[in-house]
Amino acid sequence: MEEQRLITLENISKEFDGNTVLDNINLYIRKNEFLTLLGPSGCGKTTTLRIIGGFETADTGKVIFDGKEINDVPPYKRRVNTVFQKYALFPHLNVRDNIAFGLKIKKMPKQEINKRVDKMLDLVNLSGYGKRSVDSLSGGQQQRIAIARALVNEPEVLLLDEPLGALDLKLRKEMQLELKSMQQRLGITFIYVTHDQEEALTMSDTIVVMHGGHIQQIGTPKTIYDEPKNAFVANFIGESNIFKGTMVRDELVEFCGQQFVCVDSGFGENAPVDVVVRPEDVMLVGEDIGQVTGVIRSVLFKGVHYEMMIDTGNCVWKVHSTTMQPEGSRVGLNVVPFNIHIMHPMKEA
Amino acid sequence: MLDLKMPVWGTWLMALGFIAFIALLVLYIRRHKGMSRSLFASPYTLWMIIFTVLPIILIAYYAFTDANGKFTFDNFVTFWDSNHTMNKQLIEMGFDPAEMGGGRGTVNLDTLVYSLWMAFLCTLICLLLGYPAAAIMADRQFKLGATLVVLFIIPMWMNFILRTIAWMTLLEDNGLINKLLIWLGFERVQLMYNSNAVQLGMVYNFLPFMVFPIYNALAKQDVKLFEASMDLGANRWLTFWKVTFPLSLPGVVSGITMVFMPAVTTFFIPRMLGGGNTEMFGDLIERTFLTANNWNLGSALSLIMMVLILLSLGLLRKVDPDGEGGSML
Repeated sequence: MEEQRLITLENISKEFDGNTVLDNINLYIRKNEFLTLLGPSGCGKTTTLRIIGGFETADTGKVIFDGKEINDVPPYKRRVNTVFQKYALFPHLNVRDNIAFGLKIKKMPKQEINKRVDKMLDLVNLSGYGKRSVDSLSGGQQQRIAIARALVNEPEVLLLDEPLGALDLKLRKEMQLELKSMQQRLGITFIYVTHDQEEALTMSDTIVVMHGGHIQQIGTPKTIYDEPKNAFVANFIGESNIFKGTMVRDELVEFCGQQFVCVDSGFGENAPVDVVVRPEDVMLVGEDIGQVTGVIRSVLFKGVHYEMMIDTGNCVWKVHSTTMQPEGSRVGLNVVPFNIHIMHPMKEA
Repeated sequence: MLDLKMPVWGTWLMALGFIAFIALLVLYIRRHKGMSRSLFASPYTLWMIIFTVLPIILIAYYAFTDANGKFTFDNFVTFWDSNHTMNKQLIEMGFDPAEMGGGRGTVNLDTLVYSLWMAFLCTLICLLLGYPAAAIMADRQFKLGATLVVLFIIPMWMNFILRTIAWMTLLEDNGLINKLLIWLGFERVQLMYNSNAVQLGMVYNFLPFMVFPIYNALAKQDVKLFEASMDLGANRWLTFWKVTFPLSLPGVVSGITMVFMPAVTTFFIPRMLGGGNTEMFGDLIERTFLTANNWNLGSALSLIMMVLILLSLGLLRKVDPDGEGGSML
């Protein structure tokens, strides 16, 4: 496993004007991995990416690339390329010269440059656009030029800083799939920064959830979704009901004034915990057979499902269901033990 | 005796008339919504006609006529050959100008060439001095950048004649610099009354016109572009040549325009600092009008200057179609 680690961040901390942006980050990135740094704005994900790219230097800690410390290596000597948030295409160059920029710097022979640029234009489905000015392209096209400009240098690692942020939903979904398939075809390590949890779940091999300069959880999309480590992750990834509860004993938890059987253990007896129940995991049943009963306070149509807020007296549950119940009616709620997820409570409020 | 004082009721009448005029104007504008734009522009159009178009027509009229108002190309021939009028008179009187040693006089043409050369030098020096200055001012990591900008602007609040005279007190034979030199035990140096002094005065006066357009062009550049360039393997030097400099070109072009134009037409500076040894075209035009009292030749010279400026403007317009960068001045 050890030699698979392409990039390692060791105890990275960073301050800007006295504000701690990154606090002791430890992280490794494997070769050919699609790793996503996910978190709300200000969580430190972009700073982490910029430290890997060489645009920021860490106050403390080490950045190790392929076994060598690269803390003081300037960006132009690193074997990584970046796709910038707003693309940062050169406005004075046409599409072809933008893509060829890196190769020309390396003084590659003209024919080789032309061959590679043509190949890249093909890859991003923009052949025939070479002579166009970058300003004349749409957001999606500019985005693909930015990717081509980075990829043409055959970097070992591609850094992407919210590259799809400026695109509309449909285009974004298309580009997500396109990027993922590109990464698999070319066998390049992608480090991707986004605040869009759905984007992260769709594309990543590994997700790093960040908040307040700390890494909250590292794991595969499935682990992150199914077994969030704390209330922040649970809340940030998908929708969830988070209740304050008490672990009565192993595999029995009390929340919302009711005891539920669950599958988690090892929290101790009568320990305070956070309980996560995904809205789609709550089943609506008849009033008489529900584990808890409540009144439907509101119903929203969301396309695929209805979102209902159900008041059970001391808790309000968010429930997703494909069948609608009228507002004000009493219903029963059931949750199977497997879908009750217990977490240690967050340290901060 | 005729009483020139206006009666009181006259003032009231005028005020009433003025108010009525404004009211009518407002009414008119409200009626003709579509007309309002051109109506509002009319004072400026009038201004342009009176102070720009008419004078140019007058200049053209004078340039193509002689003292008696008859159509002639003589003024332009005189530009080419300053002895033209004299030689013509000699021929009329039955002499052969060649025998009298009266060949072609090149004073006018030489002055123009000298002016162009001085303006070219001035532009070049301003560019070489101004670009680094602008780059330092636009550097976001340089905390004193804003202060520098102000330091460049403040001298421009002073009249350029004052600024030029200030230089005289420095450069004079008994000026500050020479006093300092003598105090230090050096020989007195002749600093004024040569081309170098004139050039110094011109560069000093026109440098801000080079610095600010370039500063504008540099300051609005996106940092992300430099990062992108570095990311693609270019070091700082290559990044400057491949990204920063090409993107600042509109500012450079503006700066060149804004220095070259006034430099070519400079007057006063050469007269003060050059002491008449270094006449430039602006001074020649002024002298032709005011001293020689030859409005026809002066107009012709002005017209030639104007055409030259228009030509160079057109040339620069091709390089910098938006004409941006000069907005600050």
